[in-house]
Amino acid sequence: MAVNFLYPEYEVARNYDRCISCRACERQCANEVHEYLEDGGRMVCDDAKCVNCHRCVSLCPTRALKIVRSGNTYKINANWSGRTIDEVYRQAESGGVLLSSMGNPESYPVYFDRILLNASQVTNPSIDPLREPMETKVSLGAKPRDIERDGNGRIRNNLPPRLSLSMPVMFSAMSYGSISYNAHESLARAAEALGVLYNTGEGGLHEDFYRYGKNTVVQVASGRFGVHPQYLNSGAAIEIKMGQGAKPGIGGHLPGAKIVGDVSRARMIPEGGDAISPAPHHDIYSIEDLRQLVYSLKEATDYQKPVIVKIAAVHNVSAIASGIARSGADIIAIDGFRGGTGAAPTRIRDHVGIPIELALAGVDKRLRDEGIRDNVSIVVGGSIRSSADVIKAVALGADCVYIASAALLALGCHLCRSCHAGKCNWGIATQVPELVKRLNPDVGYKRLVNLLTAWQHEIKEMMGGMGINSIESLKGNRLMLRGVGLNEKELAILGIGHAGE
Amino acid sequence: MRREGQIRIPSGCAISGIIDRSGGRMSGDTIIESIAVMHDRSNGLGGGFAAYGIYPEYKDYYALHIFYDSVSAKKECEEFLERHFDVINLSKIPTRKMKEITDEPLIWRYFVTPLPTKLAESQLDEREFAAKCVFRVNTRIDGAYVFSSGKNMGVFKAVGFPEDVGRFYKLEEYEGWCFTAHGRYPTNTPGWWGGAHPFALLDYSVVHNGEISSYDANRRAIEMYGYKCTLQTDTEVITYIIDYLHRKKGLTLPEVASVIAAPFWRTIERMEPEEREVHEYLRVMFSAQLINGPFSILVGFEGGLMALNDRLKLRSMVVGEKGDLVYIASEEAAIRIIEPDLDKVWAPKGGQPVIVRLGGGEA
Repeated sequence: MAVNFLYPEYEVARNYDRCISCRACERQCANEVHEYLEDGGRMVCDDAKCVNCHRCVSLCPTRALKIVRSGNTYKINANWSGRTIDEVYRQAESGGVLLSSMGNPESYPVYFDRILLNASQVTNPSIDPLREPMETKVSLGAKPRDIERDGNGRIRNNLPPRLSLSMPVMFSAMSYGSISYNAHESLARAAEALGVLYNTGEGGLHEDFYRYGKNTVVQVASGRFGVHPQYLNSGAAIEIKMGQGAKPGIGGHLPGAKIVGDVSRARMIPEGGDAISPAPHHDIYSIEDLRQLVYSLKEATDYQKPVIVKIAAVHNVSAIASGIARSGADIIAIDGFRGGTGAAPTRIRDHVGIPIELALAGVDKRLRDEGIRDNVSIVVGGSIRSSADVIKAVALGADCVYIASAALLALGCHLCRSCHAGKCNWGIATQVPELVKRLNPDVGYKRLVNLLTAWQHEIKEMMGGMGINSIESLKGNRLMLRGVGLNEKELAILGIGHAGE
Repeated sequence: MRREGQIRIPSGCAISGIIDRSGGRMSGDTIIESIAVMHDRSNGLGGGFAAYGIYPEYKDYYALHIFYDSVSAKKECEEFLERHFDVINLSKIPTRKMKEITDEPLIWRYFVTPLPTKLAESQLDEREFAAKCVFRVNTRIDGAYVFSSGKNMGVFKAVGFPEDVGRFYKLEEYEGWCFTAHGRYPTNTPGWWGGAHPFALLDYSVVHNGEISSYDANRRAIEMYGYKCTLQTDTEVITYIIDYLHRKKGLTLPEVASVIAAPFWRTIERMEPEEREVHEYLRVMFSAQLINGPFSILVGFEGGLMALNDRLKLRSMVVGEKGDLVYIASEEAAIRIIEPDLDKVWAPKGGQPVIVRLGGGEA
């Protein structure tokens, strides 16, 4: 009998007093965890198959199910954690690279949780957003150095094309393929309803979604999947993906199982084969090459679209950003090491890159020191979890943030981190038609609109508390931030004082 | 205790200003009388005045008013001035000994013009050259602080109540066509004269009542353009923003007002297309120069005076007119005390600039 080294980390706990054997869990689980035993007339389950996505828990009509930690423990060892031991067993068995999804779950510091916001008391008044205008509108893009006037002395609009958003939040890149048609539709419709933008990711654009063009960022990544003139011209902006926070240094990875039907059409690649984007863009081996791609894309779109260059937050991110700010790019997107993904090598996801808070603070300061901050807007992601993170990011110096994991959570994602398996029970990270249809875009888009509407209210409340009625006055306003429990070096990098000083 | 510049000190205030549109000159007595009415809006920790048209005999020369902490700082600064300027007159600024005003630094005045060779070498225009030299002194020479650097104008300020500061500087002996005054209510003890207001750069002077909530956003943006905020005060950063927008970027004063107290987006949306485009442009282009939170400011400049409130009007400010004279103050009482019989008195709306120019009218 074969030895099974791996004991399930989670266990499906079924309360048989409540279970009515309706078999809903069985039907809902694409991982085939649940089974009805005709013999015993009861439900049984195989914990080993469970990814802990909570689909069955949420759908169980009698609340008979919950998922708990199995509690099986190896002999306690501060150096060899249970997870590490399991991974050795897994690799010894498979000989393969460990794959994971979503963001880095390890216990590195989350600087957003060590930063506190200010509020007005006495010396200036807080502003009540229920009674006074409170502006969250932002404009992204490059600014010219000087104003120009026509013969009559009137100011001429010499601004290059820019993006205008109702609030400083956009949906970050998630390709059609990594997520489903219905997930894309939900994002596109929500972006339109909210007056913000969503991002195609590197998988091209389904023809049904061209109509959301003015709320769309079209991405060009190293694999160039689905890139053609009509695609480039269909969006409000073009994003060159140089890197991704979840996997700096490597390209996108879409398992062949997800490349079916329309996904293959939108990507312009055959069905069934893995779509593995090259690690670098093979026409960009240096910063001067990036400039050429930026201008190639501008040429292709008649200089009507701002170009975003997205990079992962890595050690020398400030110097890289400085180069990008002089490359003709209009916007820099920086993705922190907590950023999500549909599939990444676990070691890279968990060990490469730096926290977005530090990267953002460094980049904003560097660009200001060099006097080129106006050349570009800065968008940050990876990971922005709440309106408080948005406010803190803006006060550190961001013009706008990208969210993706939070958006997927709104659609039902439970962060089970199994997107790469393609069997998302919530209909998000899957291309299996029966699963995809579980996500109703009419409901999905509304939940996304709700989420960002709620965030916008909270942003206004916090701004009002600080006596600020326009988001512009919060941008880079680091006096509004104080660190708590941070050391001198961390405070210096963040450019903030400690609470109490 | 750390001094102004090493720490940010919020403060409340009183402001007052008088301008004679006909260019007629009045003595400094009047403005002292006006600001004295608002005694309770200050707490004795800072007062000051800006006076325009007071040096007609030297009107083509930069009048540098400088505080020195020590004789050695004075020596070092004067050596610097000699290297960069032709100094055609220098003297102590006359003051009167008073028990209310203590701990005064050395206070000197120089009338200077840039050395032509130095100016040519710098490849800067004359005003930029002068501004750069002021920054050099204030950031590099320890114990020297240029607090006034315009032509035919001067700032006089100290730690004390404004009416005492006015008498200390013998303001009654000066005659000018425009005066502004400031009484300060800081929330701790700065004890440094440089921290009092007005704040001035070249011929721009600003007195300000309020505490802006956009300070650090404004500061970090303006420092990118070569300014250095050494005092960490609102007034300093407001002055630099006005200098940047008006002198360096060439915006008109109404445009400057539309940037720093920008109309709300929803107001802009209702404008006629042409006007709307300009305002959208200004908000986007100069988003970091929007000043947020409560302020009322009086901006003295070469040829006039501008008054402006924040866009929600979170600070009081009243304007009165009598013939060619225009009075602007935090409280109407401060106007009535010097001119009880006004032709007109009104409170400008938030974000609506009142621009009074020599030679008449509003612009």
